[in-house]
Amino acid sequence: MESLIGLLIGAPLLGAAVLLVGGRRLDRVGHLLATLLAAVSFVLAVVLFLDLLGEESEARTLHQHLFTWVPVADFQADVAFRLDPLSMTFVLLITSVGTLIHLYSIGYMEHDERRRRFFAYLNLFLGAMLLLVLADNYLLLYVGWEGVGLASFLLIGFWQHKPSAATAAKKAFIVNRVGDVGLSIAILLMFTTFGTFAFEPVLENASGASEATLTGIGLMLLLAACGKSAQVPLQSWLGDAMEGPTPVSALIHAATMVTAGVYLITRSGAVFDAAPDAQTVVVVVGAVTLLFGAIVGCAKDDIKKALAGSTMSQIGYMMLAAGLGPIGYVFAIMHLVTHGFFKAGLFLGAGSVMHGMNDEVDMRRYGGLRKHMPITFATFGLAYLAIIGFPYLSGFFSKDEIIYAGFSKGGTEGWILGGVMLLGAALTAYYMTRIMLLTFFGEKRWQPDASGHEPHPHESPLTMTIPMIILAFGSVGAGFFFDLNENFVHWLEPVTGLEHGDSPVAHGTVGIAATAVMVLGVAGAWWQYGRRPVPAVAPQGRFLTRAARRDLLQDDFNHAAFVRPGNYLTRGLVYLDHKLVDGVVNGTAAAFGGASGRLRRVQNGFARSYAVSMFGGAVLLVAATLLMRAV
Amino acid sequence: MSFPLLTATALTPAIGAIVTAAVPSARRTAAKWIALAFSLATVGFAAAIVLRFDTDAGADRYQLTESRSWIEDFGVRYELGVDGIGVAMIALTAVLIPFLIGAGWNDADPKEDEDEAPASRRWRPTQGFFALILAVEAMVVLSFAATDIFLFYIFFEAMLIPMYFLIGGFGDRAGEQGEEGQARQRSYAAVKFLLYNLVGGLVMLAALIGLYVATADQLEVGTFSLQAILEARGSGELDLATSTERWLFLGFFVAFAIKAPLWPVHTWLPNAMGESTAPVAVLITAVVDKVGTFAMLRFCLGLFPEASEWATPVVITLALVSIIYGALLALGQRDMKRLIAYASISHFGFIVLGIFVMTSQGQGGATLYMINHGIATAALMLVAGFLISRRGSRLISDYGGVQKTAPVLAGTFLIGGLGTLSLPGTGPFISEFLVLVGTFSRYEVAGIIACAGIVLAALYVLVLYQRTMTGPVKPGLEKLPDLRVRELAVVAPLIALLIFLGVYPQPLTDIVNPAVEHTLSDVDQTDPAPHLEEVEAGQ
Repeated sequence: MESLIGLLIGAPLLGAAVLLVGGRRLDRVGHLLATLLAAVSFVLAVVLFLDLLGEESEARTLHQHLFTWVPVADFQADVAFRLDPLSMTFVLLITSVGTLIHLYSIGYMEHDERRRRFFAYLNLFLGAMLLLVLADNYLLLYVGWEGVGLASFLLIGFWQHKPSAATAAKKAFIVNRVGDVGLSIAILLMFTTFGTFAFEPVLENASGASEATLTGIGLMLLLAACGKSAQVPLQSWLGDAMEGPTPVSALIHAATMVTAGVYLITRSGAVFDAAPDAQTVVVVVGAVTLLFGAIVGCAKDDIKKALAGSTMSQIGYMMLAAGLGPIGYVFAIMHLVTHGFFKAGLFLGAGSVMHGMNDEVDMRRYGGLRKHMPITFATFGLAYLAIIGFPYLSGFFSKDEIIYAGFSKGGTEGWILGGVMLLGAALTAYYMTRIMLLTFFGEKRWQPDASGHEPHPHESPLTMTIPMIILAFGSVGAGFFFDLNENFVHWLEPVTGLEHGDSPVAHGTVGIAATAVMVLGVAGAWWQYGRRPVPAVAPQGRFLTRAARRDLLQDDFNHAAFVRPGNYLTRGLVYLDHKLVDGVVNGTAAAFGGASGRLRRVQNGFARSYAVSMFGGAVLLVAATLLMRAV
Repeated sequence: MSFPLLTATALTPAIGAIVTAAVPSARRTAAKWIALAFSLATVGFAAAIVLRFDTDAGADRYQLTESRSWIEDFGVRYELGVDGIGVAMIALTAVLIPFLIGAGWNDADPKEDEDEAPASRRWRPTQGFFALILAVEAMVVLSFAATDIFLFYIFFEAMLIPMYFLIGGFGDRAGEQGEEGQARQRSYAAVKFLLYNLVGGLVMLAALIGLYVATADQLEVGTFSLQAILEARGSGELDLATSTERWLFLGFFVAFAIKAPLWPVHTWLPNAMGESTAPVAVLITAVVDKVGTFAMLRFCLGLFPEASEWATPVVITLALVSIIYGALLALGQRDMKRLIAYASISHFGFIVLGIFVMTSQGQGGATLYMINHGIATAALMLVAGFLISRRGSRLISDYGGVQKTAPVLAGTFLIGGLGTLSLPGTGPFISEFLVLVGTFSRYEVAGIIACAGIVLAALYVLVLYQRTMTGPVKPGLEKLPDLRVRELAVVAPLIALLIFLGVYPQPLTDIVNPAVEHTLSDVDQTDPAPHLEEVEAGQ
């Protein structure tokens, strides 16, 4: 049974390699092959899942050791996999949503001449993401971690002829690289502390290490998670990433890759449990991001960017829950899965709308689309109800549990966290209702585009609507099923542990409060966008609105703090390299040249100057060595 | 006495150089095929070296040894022998050369207008180009194999001569500066290259003589033999005074630091790599420069362990400066070949760092880094060269939207770039991470500073890719042809190798690991133990 794990990862990787190497010959079958291999992965995942279910709940772990990867003295890295309920959950989410989105893309990318390449990248993503969640050590996880980053880079910049897409792709990769420094240092710290970076020995011995070290490892892992999961302060790439084709936004930038940070923290639970300071920082990052994303989501007129703000905010919930420790891990993952369903559904719905509207993304140019796209409206609507936490749909269960876990933290902190999350829930209801009203309700506001084509909104083909319908079922029923007999809790508990905090508020009260703030949010949005016609051009707005439209000035800040000083530094150094490092020695040479007129006649000018400049460099080296030793 | 495999490996390209140079001027194509055939034969010998090399822990340190007397009066002998590091470096050199010949297939063809009067030409550029490449290969192989320090010194210096002609004599298609301006730039670069390295060599020569005098003083006869000196030092017969050892170390180190090149003696590299053709640029950075870092491992650490330890803080500082400085300078370049040159300076910083942190992971990683950097830079630089040969410009701003017209070229360029930024899954990731681990386990702060290189590398590679390959197609590039079969045949195996070494580097680590253990025992160092074990041991 274990040997299926490698196959599960290998199938989509093979697909990517075949499609990329095969070239144009495969243009006509590439998308089918890729979709088939994604489906193969899904089937293998189901087989493995059934096998795990057959075991006792404590014994649900499979290992596969493929080969020794890097052996250098004590540094031993293996290509080995670990399948336990936590990774199984991810594998099922990734392969199911992944296969659906492959299917959807067949229709969505039908007219793109580079469709084969698109599917190759999708397969590459799937393989890398599976590697990420199945690796049994942090270094192999790193390979998957950067692999999904690469796939994300390729797919955000898929329409490379658009400078905005190319810039967004580069930005995503580089911001993520900042996070990768965190992951690198975390692994370095693990190696110097434990002599290994495999999950089992590190996590089992975590309590033996000093708290300072564990805090360091925890914070570095958090930095990595912030990059991948677009959490403050490394959030700035996600909005721009919406330049990618919409199926990509659904799969990578909503349902799976961006949740990898939550996986990393949950997986490393033993480290965080012994480093309360690091946990606090995780909670703060989650809380800040959940508000940050929600505020941005309220202000965007671009449907995908509004949804991206929402994604950021929802992952903030998960991050916060993961920072609470064993009170929260299970619910972080539960929300991650339900979010995977409804957010993928929302993005696919948005893609369907764009497909029928000549790729228009400005919601102020939509309006009244429910009549033209009934299936899209219905599925989007169900996912909408799920995300705002409508009673007994998926989001209701998972989000309430997180809010309750926040209160369970106890004391003032508990009240603050609970309050922040309730505020977030109200904002969620507000921005989602806004999207719903602007897109599907009211009067039509679309106009002919630049080339004079009037959009003719129409329902999308079956390959697109079927995945949307299936995801809508998930959005509706997953939460209820997970909650039934505490299915999900029992499934994950052996890996993540579970504790019950001491909440000052009863579970039922939290549910009622969450529902009440949801109604408030919906009503607020209706007040602004439902009861009167929406202007096709956005009003100027107040300061907060304007700032939120600019993503709360994140890019302005990054430019002022890093990009511009960096540019000055680089330009200054280029100048100095030429004038100083190369030139001081040249100057010395010139001085020598003036003194020795006779030599000048004998020797070629720059030959002499470089001999001297070389000598100057050598003297500098020797002098530096002697000086630094003397000090 | 068994078959002298090392000599054969060096002799094959040497003979190839002579044969190629002798081909009549009208038979240009024949000369190319002859050069390729000899380089492939060298690959065969290198493969035999790899297969014959015994990687068992108990095996001899230097294998495939050869020893003949040469200049008796000065104790100079023709002594060859390789440890695992030498084997790996010879294999890298042998493998890369055929690709360079293939990539430079048309780089040295005479211009069309010159072709009309071939009778008046005595200089046969095509033959010369390939003969010089093979000559460099022969000397590089010998410097990797020489265990007599004087012998090493001879080839270390002699390879400057063919390199000088390769840099000064052959360049890219003339761009905006015109033929004459380009030629002036080229000879400037060639002279700069020559003088930097020559002065480094002179400093080393002085130290070499000093070492000979010291051995003649303390042992019965003076010797240049590495093995003899190592043995004498091990047994206590040879005990250099601290100050002597330090001065000798500095003499050797300066020469190798210039060759490597390390900040602040790096400025010859961007000129040399920028002005020469892409295959020659690869020859410089991927092959010739590696002799510098290789020699640090073999000679600086082996001969002067105490001085090496004494200089460690400074060398580590210079290496860190190289990493960051090279990367920042790469970011500021407008010329793509100079950009790759500065990126190489950054990477050489990693290699030197790995060597001098004195841990298994650091030195193992540095050795792997030499191999992987060679392959990744070759892939990136050669594709850049293909691009430049199409447009006749090295300026990044002259390009844009190439992926639209030449998707395979853009794709291979990206993969070469991803190797250069050490993407996990490619070989350079493993070597870079090993260097980081090796550094961090002894010098935490240095390890963290070096991590900044991770971000900067992504910046300069992706900015280069974005500016040249994406966006709207620049005017003049609408008809840019995609990679030709010859070009693809050069790049595809390099990419395959890049990925293979990222996924399964064990064949390489098996060869390198024992040699690293030996080097570490030379300097009398052991890896730091994990803190947790220390804590437990203390209880």
